[in-house]
Amino acid sequence: MNPARGSLLGIEHLEAAEIMKILKFARRMNPDKPRPLLRGKRVLLLFYEASTRTRSSFEIAAKSLGAHTVLIQAMGSSIEKGESLLDTGYTVRAVGADIIVIRHPNAGAPYVMAQHVDVPVINAGDGLHEHPSQALLDAYTILHNKKSFKGLQVAIVGDIFHSRVARSACHLLSKFGVRIILCGPPELAPGIAATLAPGVRVTRHIEDALRGTDVIMLLRVQTERLAGLKIDLAEYIARYQMNPARLKMAKKDAIVMHPGPIIRGLELTSEVADGAQARILEEVRNGVPTRMAILARAIGKMR
Amino acid sequence: MTSPKNDHDSLLIKGGHLIDPAARTDAPMDLLLKSGRVAEIAPPNKIKGGADEKLDARGLVVAPGFIDLHVHLREPGQAYKETIATGTAAAAAGGFTSVCTMPNTVPVVDSVEWIEWLRQPERGALVNVFAIAAATRGSKGATLSDFRALQTAGAVAVTDDGKPILDDNIMREALALGGELNFPVVQHAEDTRMTEGCSMHAGARSFRLGLRGMTAAAEASVVERDVQLAMHIPNARLHVAHLSTADALKSVRRGKRAKARVTCEVTPHHFTLTDEDMRDYDSNYKMNPPLRSPSDREAILVAIADGTVDAIATDHAPHATHEKQMEFERAAFGITGLETALALAITRLHREKRVPLSRIVELFTAGPARCFDLRGRGSLVRGSVADVTIFDPKKKWTFEAVNSLSKSRNTPFDGWQLTGKVVATIVGGRVVYAG
Repeated sequence: MNPARGSLLGIEHLEAAEIMKILKFARRMNPDKPRPLLRGKRVLLLFYEASTRTRSSFEIAAKSLGAHTVLIQAMGSSIEKGESLLDTGYTVRAVGADIIVIRHPNAGAPYVMAQHVDVPVINAGDGLHEHPSQALLDAYTILHNKKSFKGLQVAIVGDIFHSRVARSACHLLSKFGVRIILCGPPELAPGIAATLAPGVRVTRHIEDALRGTDVIMLLRVQTERLAGLKIDLAEYIARYQMNPARLKMAKKDAIVMHPGPIIRGLELTSEVADGAQARILEEVRNGVPTRMAILARAIGKMR
Repeated sequence: MTSPKNDHDSLLIKGGHLIDPAARTDAPMDLLLKSGRVAEIAPPNKIKGGADEKLDARGLVVAPGFIDLHVHLREPGQAYKETIATGTAAAAAGGFTSVCTMPNTVPVVDSVEWIEWLRQPERGALVNVFAIAAATRGSKGATLSDFRALQTAGAVAVTDDGKPILDDNIMREALALGGELNFPVVQHAEDTRMTEGCSMHAGARSFRLGLRGMTAAAEASVVERDVQLAMHIPNARLHVAHLSTADALKSVRRGKRAKARVTCEVTPHHFTLTDEDMRDYDSNYKMNPPLRSPSDREAILVAIADGTVDAIATDHAPHATHEKQMEFERAAFGITGLETALALAITRLHREKRVPLSRIVELFTAGPARCFDLRGRGSLVRGSVADVTIFDPKKKWTFEAVNSLSKSRNTPFDGWQLTGKVVATIVGGRVVYAG
């Protein structure tokens, strides 16, 4: 069956107008001024993979809207005993879930869930595929700092291949005409990545990526997903680490973003992480109103 | 299996158009089958004398019984996916009178005992089942199985399908021993060291979907090595299973040009679909080798037309719903294919790509019969086995997976409108399927 209305499975198939609607609504959301849009609703957080930011901010977002939340993690649940994805889905639906938020190590898992369970499914990150709520909160952050997407250039530096954040960001920014430059070694930023969306190009040279750039998005080298791929970290640091000298290559008012978790001394230095141009914690803060908007949208209350 | 209707000894097929590429026949012919053999072939109304039964084949194509070189019947050990009885019923419905069954069962078919078990009447086979035995003991890739004994017991080829033979020395030994015995070695060409964790073809689509991709090189490098070995080992017979990439075809062409005994098969799904066709992580589009790029499919279509491809084989790989309806990356590889093969060939190859019907029939009959030396099959000359497939090349129909005779439903072609339908399947002179 078709995914329930209000599902958010990815950015790729979302229209620009819908994205703007979510971002505008998010601006009206404030966790310190709770609104009971989800009063009496049950939000099931199904986390098959570790998460700090996404999980806590979905939970706070749901509670700020008056929902009950139940967290199910792979460890310590029937998932550990071998229950299938769909059986877990049917079970949480039977328990009374009104919305399912799912984080899963396999690409497409939320799609499979949404095709079989009749409540809205929100993708909180699926394998290497998409991380739509992250892309939306990043767009929220960019708009807060840059006012408009018009004429912007965004450089995404690091492990593009293993990054669902990068894929969602490319889809989103491309829909608004942003120029996107992906930068990293061939194993992490393969040439094929340029086919992701219009306006995306790939470069190996950090100077090339940073020149004239308004937004620098850094990504962690996902050592846990390398699957046998050998990356020389020293070489990576030498060529791609974001340090104050490199940061100067970008526009003066460029901002530095990172979906976290950050690894200081690897993809960026502490000076950059803690510097005036960093917006890393702002992104985390923006996660809550953005996810409030996503949850409100899920049950048709985004008005 | 016997019904009164089938107890009659002779069957006259009248009014049909006989296509028998091996005999270079493509003309209206009547056909008399008697005592399990072809008794007579003659122009319309020329066969004198009666027959116990008559079959009106007006408007239909009469062809040698189709042969599928690559099916997984899942017995022994995985009867919940398929049995020899259900798999061969599906084969009969698809027009196949002979199927060659793969040894990656539980346990692996690597012994004479299991080959004999496969042939026991209790299995309930509706069509001829030829065993392909494991090339190495337990398909572990370490020591060759007893080729001589397996061949004597009736195995038509050896393979470690699904667990490719990567070790150069073992492959060389297998081809050498196979060469001595005139025994084909079938390779599922995949360098599994390059495909760990992969679930589809490596390309723009896999990148977009966040799925790790199998490169074309992982197939082509193994085919290239195998062809090189086959070119240099006397009498070696290499059969490349379910070939899916343009690069692998280049190696096969080189081998054939050098007169090496290299043959290959392609599947209906590889000449029909590409990696761009999968939607919403539907695991009915997940198989190994994976659906490839449009340019790979183009290369396969060219090779089908120019004669490089020897056979169409289905790689019929049934799986239970619970093994497919799950995360794409975790779902089992493989799709069913016996009941859609002919219709896909007619729809895609004949109607869209103008491949002559006689060439399609060749790929289902004489071609595969030659690959594994299935004597007396693949052609309808006087004295050959009375395996016959009768089909309507113009009949439009819709394939509904729910009506499949296979135990499993894992097909991407559910609901497809196709042209070309099997009307009757005759094995050893007896009608085993009538559509």
